[in-house]
Amino acid sequence: MTPLLSLLVAQVPALRLPQVDYFALLPEIVMAGMAFVTLGARSLTRRGLPPAVWTLVTMATGLASGTLAVLLGRRVETHGAFAAVDGALAVDGFSVLFLVLVSAAVVLFALAAHPWIEREGEDGAELLSLGMLSASGAMFMAAANDLLVIFLGLEILSIALYVLAALNRRRAASGEAAIKYFVLGAFSSAIFLYGIALTYGATGSTNLARIGTYLAANVSTHGGLLLAGLALLLVGLGFKVAAVPFHTWTPDVYQGSPSPVTGFMAAVAKAGGFAALVRILFAAMPTLRLDWQPVLYALAVLSLVVGAILAVVQRDVKRMLAYSSISHAGFILVGVVAASAAGAASVGYYLLTYTFLIMGSFAVVTVVGGPADAHQDLEDYRGLARRQPLLALGFAILLVAQAGVPFTTGFLAKFYVLTAVIAQGGYVLAVIAMLAAVAVAFFYLRLVLVMYGWAGAGAGAGAGAVGPVGDADAAGAGEVVLPAGTTSLAGVGAGGGGEPDLAVLGGGGGLALATATSTGVEQAISGEGLVAAPEGLAAGDGDPVPFPDATKVVLALCVAFTVVFGIWPAPVVDFARHATLLFGLR
Amino acid sequence: MLAVTITIPDLVTFVLAAAIVLVAAIGVVVSRSPVHAALCLVATLFGIAVLFVEQNAEFLAAVQVIVYAGAIVVLFLFVIMLLGVDREEAIGKDPLRAQRPLGVLLGLLVLAEVLVLSRLSWPIGQPHVAGPVGGPSSNVADLARAVFTTYLLPFEITSALLLIATVGAVVLARRPPRSAGQPGAATGQPGRATGQPGGAIGQPGGATGRPALDGASQPDAADETGTVRSPEREGAPR
Repeated sequence: MTPLLSLLVAQVPALRLPQVDYFALLPEIVMAGMAFVTLGARSLTRRGLPPAVWTLVTMATGLASGTLAVLLGRRVETHGAFAAVDGALAVDGFSVLFLVLVSAAVVLFALAAHPWIEREGEDGAELLSLGMLSASGAMFMAAANDLLVIFLGLEILSIALYVLAALNRRRAASGEAAIKYFVLGAFSSAIFLYGIALTYGATGSTNLARIGTYLAANVSTHGGLLLAGLALLLVGLGFKVAAVPFHTWTPDVYQGSPSPVTGFMAAVAKAGGFAALVRILFAAMPTLRLDWQPVLYALAVLSLVVGAILAVVQRDVKRMLAYSSISHAGFILVGVVAASAAGAASVGYYLLTYTFLIMGSFAVVTVVGGPADAHQDLEDYRGLARRQPLLALGFAILLVAQAGVPFTTGFLAKFYVLTAVIAQGGYVLAVIAMLAAVAVAFFYLRLVLVMYGWAGAGAGAGAGAVGPVGDADAAGAGEVVLPAGTTSLAGVGAGGGGEPDLAVLGGGGGLALATATSTGVEQAISGEGLVAAPEGLAAGDGDPVPFPDATKVVLALCVAFTVVFGIWPAPVVDFARHATLLFGLR
Repeated sequence: MLAVTITIPDLVTFVLAAAIVLVAAIGVVVSRSPVHAALCLVATLFGIAVLFVEQNAEFLAAVQVIVYAGAIVVLFLFVIMLLGVDREEAIGKDPLRAQRPLGVLLGLLVLAEVLVLSRLSWPIGQPHVAGPVGGPSSNVADLARAVFTTYLLPFEITSALLLIATVGAVVLARRPPRSAGQPGAATGQPGRATGQPGGAIGQPGGATGRPALDGASQPDAADETGTVRSPEREGAPR
């Protein structure tokens, strides 16, 4: 036997292969596996199957993956949190929460993308399987217990999203968005990777739990290396979640990407980024809290302020939602700044509710946008309530919820974030966040008013957003357009105030739970629309907007989630809190 | 510090490899043909790989050959071939005049930095490595062990990542389906093309915004990709 071979043989028994707990990996495996199965099936069918098949497959995958995550959550409840595959993957309440969130986003994405795929004549299998792959990356990021797994999850997420951003082949802006996203994304990934290298150099491990143990047991006399690593990690993740100094890609990419993809990007990239951020900061580097807290404080304030200010001046709805997503990122960062269990819970809750809000919103933007997503201007939404009353109603509810109106999940999300930060004494930050929320409410309500046909959706809407003064104003505007007794719609128009919320809830409940109310509203509006039709044309109302069944379903789901759990918050809040109480590794 | 003993074979190998590296590096700079420059670069990289072996860094040496000499320089050559091999670089004139003095200055700076750093030891979290890297098993074996134990999951995910990158490249490079193109646009809304509201508000971002719209009524010259690709088409007959 040659010496080399004997050396090898001598080494074989020493190789201890790690125990692979496939059950813990199953949500990710199902998600990524079904994506590859979809791609394979697509390449084997020559003509291609109808898009509905791929949509259904994707939805089933999302549901299966979510169910497996819930089962995993059961196991965590009974056996406690544990690390799988030699410590590379953490299975705890936190990861279960994000696995469920991403699975839900996949289901909503399939529904929201379906009308887009049919309209643009795209190949559904490609779009949806890339979506599933990207989701699997986000799931790996959320469950990762190792910096390298986080990085690889980030790359899987991002590379699929780069391609998805370019899929609107009929617009040059889509390619431009993809290039911008790719160049800046690759740059930030490199920065993140360098951060990993420096952190590894300073602590001797890439494993988050081991980094935490090392930092707890050792006092670093030369902290520069570790701090530089931490800073680079923050920059890399700050880019992914679109926090302010690293946000410049967001408006162009959100505007250029296909509309359903934009919604998915907003939901999943933020979820993955924040999950990784919270896990790195809370699980691995709690000892450095005094170092990272001021940085995140600054990021949060900048995101809140810049997002709100720039959103107000936008006229393109997708750009506006992009800036509003920056502002949302600021809010979520407030929860991270709190650096407590309640803070982590509020981050999870915020992201969960935000997923439904943003996916529903972009489902509406998808259908209003028309071929090649060309109609994105604020003016294209004028009079939407007359053209598609239910669509406008659902969109209005989602927008009002994003603005943070009570009895919606959007309000509760902001509420829990602020509670968490106030409990840690961050009064100034809480005040800044609340002021930013008021400013941001302006453009949500402006869009609502434009949809409901209020002609002068200019400065006056600001009053409607800011104070109760605008309440009667807005309601009056609604009545001008719809003179007959469509009270619920007028109520939505004034949803920024206090009183008409019940009308919003009534409408939402009707849409979600019983079709009786909805059809009643529909009939009322269609009767109204006949009368008002000549006026509408004279006012330069846009084109007829289709309302496909898939959009109906996704909108109903999102609105139902937003309203039902806004009134009855216990289940989702418990889920988020429960998830975070278990958070913390071994 | 570690007492370093230098044997004669080591010395000979080092001198030869270093000579190859230096001569080839000068060749990269002075050769007139880009292909020759690229080939000289290969020689430089191979010399560096030999130096790595000399330092007991077998893995680095292998990666150096596979990644740099194998992949990157071949990529260079592809680009050079595609752009035209015959073209000679006009080295005589610099487009940027400050380039050469700056290059010399930077080279000197790097040299000084290396000299300074070679006398320092860095106090960082972990004790820095001193001593032969070899040990009982080579660093290739150590890396292999890490890949299949501690980093098993990242290793497996990397395969998925590479697959996704391939799929993404294929999806992007594929021509869009032409026939299935615009059923919705063609049949859907007759009034679409004229449907812009003539409101007081302009359409910001018109250049990026709505190029494909008018095309909905004109079937062939319609789609956006066609207009994007048009220079290439015009260039073809020439």
